[in-house]
Amino acid sequence: MTDQPLDAVFRTKEVSKIYDVGEIQVHALREVSVSLYEGELAVLLGPSGSGKSTFLNILGGLDHPTTGRVWFRQTELTTASDRALTRYRRDHVGFVFQFYNLVPSLTARENVQLVTDVARDPMRPEEALTLVGLDARMDHFPAQLSGGEQQRVAIARAVAKRPDVLLCDEPTGALDSKTGTTVLETLRHINDTFGTSTAVITHNAAIQQMAHRVIHFQDGRIDRIDQNETQIAPAEISW
Amino acid sequence: MMQAIDKKLLRDFGRLWAQGLAIALVLAAGITVIIMSIGMSRALNESREAYYAQNRFAHIFAGARRAPDSLARDIRAIPGVLEVETQVRGHATLDIPGRTKPASGHLISYDPARPPALNIPILRSGRWPERPGEVVVNEPFAEANDFRLGTVFSVNLNGRKREVRITGTALSPEFIYTIGPGALVPQNESYGILWLPHEVLDAAFNMDGAFSHVSLALLPGTQTDDVTDALDQLLKPYGGTSSFDRSLQQSNAFLDAEITQLEVLAYILPPVFLGISIFLVNLVVGRIVLLERAEIGLMKAIGYSSWDICLHYLMLAGLIALVGIAIGVVAGSWLAHATATLYARYFDFPFLVFGVPSSIYAASALLALAATSLGASRSAIHAARLAPAIAMSPPAPPNFRRSIFDRAIDAIGFSQPARMILRSLTRWPLRAATTLFGVALAVAILVASSFFPDAIDDIIDKAFYQSNRQDVLLLFDPDVPLSGIADVRRLPGVLQVEPQQYHAAILRHGHLEKRLAVSTVSPKNDLARVVDDAGSVVAPDATGLLISERLATALDVRVGDTITTTFETGLRETFEIPVSGVVIQYFGLGAYLDHEHLNRLFRQDPRMSTVNVTLADPIYPEAFEEAVKELPGVMGTIDMTQNRMSFSDTISQNILIVTTIYAILGSIITVGVCYNAARIQLSQRARELASLRILGFSKFDVAKVLVGEVMILVILAQPLGWWFGAEIARWMTEGFSSDLYAIPLVLKPSTYATASLIVLAAAVISTLIVARRLGQLDLIAVMKTRE
Repeated sequence: MTDQPLDAVFRTKEVSKIYDVGEIQVHALREVSVSLYEGELAVLLGPSGSGKSTFLNILGGLDHPTTGRVWFRQTELTTASDRALTRYRRDHVGFVFQFYNLVPSLTARENVQLVTDVARDPMRPEEALTLVGLDARMDHFPAQLSGGEQQRVAIARAVAKRPDVLLCDEPTGALDSKTGTTVLETLRHINDTFGTSTAVITHNAAIQQMAHRVIHFQDGRIDRIDQNETQIAPAEISW
Repeated sequence: MMQAIDKKLLRDFGRLWAQGLAIALVLAAGITVIIMSIGMSRALNESREAYYAQNRFAHIFAGARRAPDSLARDIRAIPGVLEVETQVRGHATLDIPGRTKPASGHLISYDPARPPALNIPILRSGRWPERPGEVVVNEPFAEANDFRLGTVFSVNLNGRKREVRITGTALSPEFIYTIGPGALVPQNESYGILWLPHEVLDAAFNMDGAFSHVSLALLPGTQTDDVTDALDQLLKPYGGTSSFDRSLQQSNAFLDAEITQLEVLAYILPPVFLGISIFLVNLVVGRIVLLERAEIGLMKAIGYSSWDICLHYLMLAGLIALVGIAIGVVAGSWLAHATATLYARYFDFPFLVFGVPSSIYAASALLALAATSLGASRSAIHAARLAPAIAMSPPAPPNFRRSIFDRAIDAIGFSQPARMILRSLTRWPLRAATTLFGVALAVAILVASSFFPDAIDDIIDKAFYQSNRQDVLLLFDPDVPLSGIADVRRLPGVLQVEPQQYHAAILRHGHLEKRLAVSTVSPKNDLARVVDDAGSVVAPDATGLLISERLATALDVRVGDTITTTFETGLRETFEIPVSGVVIQYFGLGAYLDHEHLNRLFRQDPRMSTVNVTLADPIYPEAFEEAVKELPGVMGTIDMTQNRMSFSDTISQNILIVTTIYAILGSIITVGVCYNAARIQLSQRARELASLRILGFSKFDVAKVLVGEVMILVILAQPLGWWFGAEIARWMTEGFSSDLYAIPLVLKPSTYATASLIVLAAAVISTLIVARRLGQLDLIAVMKTRE
């Protein structure tokens, strides 16, 4: 792995994660060392159980590695306290999840507001929703929105705080290809417009064509990293 | 603008309103009892204190046969005495126009030139009596008899009938609770307090230059015992009855007993309700946190701190508390006012300082908040501690393993739904135990409250139908030779007569002492008997004292011990009398001696102080009553038929109110516990139950699983509830017990059965409400939703 420390937004060194599930131990990550760069859109590709989600959770400060070290810019996350990680997530990270994780009792606008209430320099919730093309559905509850719309609310919620990094775990996993495309276009748009470093997990190989780099996971290890010289628009991707 | 997380809070609360309300009601029940009982006991206490202070209620009281006025100077010289008030007092039968039933009065001398400095009566209407032939009566007596100013009636003054005209009505701090001799509840119509010009009483009772009653006010910090001892010494030569302090003053003692009862209520019941609320909040918030794992993870991922999350769930519990506080405050204030109205019927205050102090409201609100916070704290902390990545992944399935229990289930060969029920009970033992405990408390509250009617029935039966079976009681004061019984027997309509004696006495054992009336019984007695707990007649042996169990406890004596008995009548002698028996009784502190033995001790010809009479026609005793009014020496009569009726009426009315309230409270607890238990199961097992439906089980089969689990717990809770209810009832009877009366612990199978039936009904109804939701279960959606 070549390192360019000055430009790296994330850097990991020999990160391993072992889960105790019942009476067995699962090695989710095995000594992963990699960097993600400022402004790039990286796709993390691999089959289920290859360690992608665990890796993303550790980058996002949602989980601690069992061994190894992780840096966000100059800050080491592995030694950070829970309180510091909370502040880190609040100030720097936007998350998008496969199952949207919207709060069912809050409207689209209020779900976004959930973030803007605690962020340092957020957009207005309306602005974030307009960005994802949902200006007309702001006062709908999650149950009144389609899957694609819900995921776009989740993206609006993630970007509303103007995060430094956007971490997306299977953002299209629960969507059909047409709505999936809309969601990917939204991510592309955010990455282009704000230069937000974005990591997208998928096990859909077709999506890798829109990335700057593709990191392949296999059995908790990085199998290989591909550099895309040209990226194609999400609309042209077919799956 | 409201924060999004607060909107979530409000909407979550809105969604959970039924569960929240069920808990809030339980909480409200606790607050209601606190506000009602503490509020009322404060109101009574403060009204009393204010009344006593304003009207200078005395600290020490004593009577004498005839003490010279000059003695007052010596009494005033006793160290610690601030003020002395001497009066002439007496008893008389009254002849009220248009009323055939006998009435009697407590007479107090009034000197317009020197108004009383202690126990100052308050004039409520008219003016004080100025000349012979005028009288002021206590207001309740006037109201009960429809007297107006100017009404004339006769007073039988020591054998001479005198007409008196009412010039005014009054109230006195000495007579807040006015109860005539022999009566059990106030009977204002037949017993009055009369203030007459002092010269009238001086003449009637031969008291010129003398007094028969003295009241003392003491300097703050004075030892009352020292003063009563000194006072008794001074009064002894003049036929003084031993002096006593406020704790033995009848009206004050009844108020004390009432205030104690209210306080006992406040200490025993609210903790039960608050305890149940803690359990319920724990259940509900615990379940919500489990359901909202993903949302908790999300909020943490977004950047909400652990404290924000913890606070979020604590506030959810706080909202439940607020609803409970609101309901409890409204219900408590209303109930306190209702109780105050009820009290106004028994206690004659010129004013009732009513107003539950705001500190009680604040304290009960704090208690409610503390209870819900405590209930929510475990889950809220758990939520705060959830690592975000863990929170967003589904919880690990519960660790079901084969146990001995399962082998037992296999061996018995239960159906699959039955296995689901039994496994769930054994896998979440804490939840099962919580539900079981909650239901048991509901049963307990019902048992503990509904034992009252049975207890009162028992009291009435023992006191009126087994012990005191006379229709009328004639009181002689002073006592008269037994030969007078022949005059009574000759009165019209008389069937049976039975003489008895009552002698005021001080009973001492070691440093313990009690003042009471020793009564005589004879083995031949048929009308006034001593009946023990089991209902059999007991009598003192030829030379010993038969005493009530509470007196034995108060004096710490057993059968065979000796009681030093100082009589305040006759020659005022002191005897060492052995205790020959102890009997359980509920009214007063009874002590009984054989009639013949007492005559021998007193070295006197047989005498009598009361005669018990049965009549041919107790419902219409007019001829008898008219004749009694002419009988010399009769101080008063007690119509026991009337006594029985008014006691039953008064008490049964109160009992009905109280038991209805407790039945409602018990049902609230049951609904709160069962509804929540079933709801939590439904949400926890929605997938499981939907799977059963998909596999082809009918709605009824599935409902059986849900209802079955709750009902098994409800049934298992019954014995625990019975036991706990009996314990609470026992605490209450102990707390209520005073020198005036005690409440027996009467727990009949029907009490347990009724409590269980109410709880079972409430449980079935609340579980069925939840089971109806099974019909609305969207099978596809449930199966598709992420765990």
